[in-house]
Amino acid sequence: MIDVPVPSSRPRSDNRSTAGRRLLGLHTWLTYIFLYAPIVILVLFSFTTDTFGVRWTGFTLDWYLRLARDTRMINATINTLWVALVATIISTVCGTLLALAMERYRFRGRNGMDALLYLPIVIPEIVMALALLAFFSFAFGLLESLTGIKLRMNIWTVIVSHVAFCISFVVVVVRASLKGFDMRLEEAAADLGANPQTIFWRITLPLIMPGVIGGALLAFTLSLDDFIISFFTVGPGTNLLPVEVYGRVKRAITPSINAISTIMLLVSMGLVFLSQFVQRQRD
Amino acid sequence: MTVVIPDETPLAQQRQQRLRLWLLLAPGALWLFFFFVLPLLIVMLYSFATPGPTGNVIWEFNFNSYITLMGKDLYFNAYYRSLWVGIQTTVICLLVGYPLALYMTLAEPKQRNLLLFLVLIPFWTNFLVRTYAWMIILSNNGLINDLLQFLGFAKQLLYPSAGAVLVGLIYGNLPFMVLPLYASLARFDFTLMEASADLGAGRWRSFWRIMFPLTVPGVVAGSVLVFIPTVGQFVVSDLLGGSKVDLLGNLLQRLFTRSNPPNWPLGSALALVFMFVLTVIVIIYFRTTTEEDR
Repeated sequence: MIDVPVPSSRPRSDNRSTAGRRLLGLHTWLTYIFLYAPIVILVLFSFTTDTFGVRWTGFTLDWYLRLARDTRMINATINTLWVALVATIISTVCGTLLALAMERYRFRGRNGMDALLYLPIVIPEIVMALALLAFFSFAFGLLESLTGIKLRMNIWTVIVSHVAFCISFVVVVVRASLKGFDMRLEEAAADLGANPQTIFWRITLPLIMPGVIGGALLAFTLSLDDFIISFFTVGPGTNLLPVEVYGRVKRAITPSINAISTIMLLVSMGLVFLSQFVQRQRD
Repeated sequence: MTVVIPDETPLAQQRQQRLRLWLLLAPGALWLFFFFVLPLLIVMLYSFATPGPTGNVIWEFNFNSYITLMGKDLYFNAYYRSLWVGIQTTVICLLVGYPLALYMTLAEPKQRNLLLFLVLIPFWTNFLVRTYAWMIILSNNGLINDLLQFLGFAKQLLYPSAGAVLVGLIYGNLPFMVLPLYASLARFDFTLMEASADLGAGRWRSFWRIMFPLTVPGVVAGSVLVFIPTVGQFVVSDLLGGSKVDLLGNLLQRLFTRSNPPNWPLGSALALVFMFVLTVIVIIYFRTTTEEDR
């Protein structure tokens, strides 16, 4: 996602800089404690017997067992996974094709397209969420007055919205992997008589696959974690995990929320590992 | 062996190329048009409409929503507070993030990868969950209050408060600052610092005259990545600020969903002016920082 270069040069270490380095090191470790203490505490307190979930009073797995019986939460989880899966597939296909078009072709409106692709990344999420809410309400109202068909916001409006913000991220990641692409490989295939379809499926796609998978993983994570756009584009009948968690958190802190949060945290960590692994393959 | 010569005229080939480009572009471009561009245009349309008595929208067009925005302190204050919170968060993230990114750059490769990975994990983790973790820590019977009592102080109401919101925002956005800074610092040629020292410059002077100017792209990228989501968020201020911290995001959310009745035209106008203000600030910021660079 973010290109991480290896430092080009490292300074000689001399006596003069050791004190400074120590100070930097201290600052770094304090910052990491700041970053990780809340996460550790959250995980720890998902096992506490304290019914308020804010103190350590003893070990229990009770909250996880309760979670397993919590049908609302389970439904919300299934919905969220479904949304993330469908949104990832659509945005990865659209995004990969767009990346190919942007890197391989010169055409009129290319600069405009470039700008349009960056907008969903930089626009405040709440503005995009409100715009989508306004759009669906407007479009459904128009449809009803024209044809009498009544539509309401549901899981599909969420999927459509998630794709709209995931495409740009997929494009960024796939374009990065197309930058270092050796065009001679495609030319060689063409010289050997391969047609464009064969070249795409046998040469181009396998070579940019790490980028495509990286983009898909990012899209999946973004969709899974998204709260704001889901909150505004999901109808009253559908339940999504971040929206459900938000609703419960607003009411009170409970150890059950600690437990579901811990699970969400573990899933995110698994996805980082996976994406790092894919990146290693690329290098 | 025969070489197959395609029996296409250049014109047919050109047409095929164009078709291929169209097929690559169409799905994504159409999706973005219908579900990104069009929604923004509809918000624009709503901002000129008239709010109805039940939260509905009446299609009579006027500038009333914009006039309301300009006339009331409530809205001006929300802009002011949001931008101020955004600036505070960005500056603190920069002050904390720069030394961290520097240390990462200077570390041994093995340690560096570990440190980088440890920044990536929160980057990929749910914002809501990370905010919630602070609710646990800061709660009335939580760890900080236990610590305060242990040290002999009285219990404090730590959240909802403006301070809690700031802590939550810094916590949530720090990785977005560190990663671009690191990317910038990793490209920096550290032999320049040695050259500067050899020429007699002190460490601070070398830093401000050489290292910092050359890593300004990372500073700009990180600041924008932190500032924009901070100014527009409503989750942190809602959960850690309660009703005490009313930022733009909270106001927008209320105007669209919770207030009685909702006022979509006013909300739309607020959102559009917000986007405009934000764009102007980011452009000014880019301009001034790149000029310093020269």
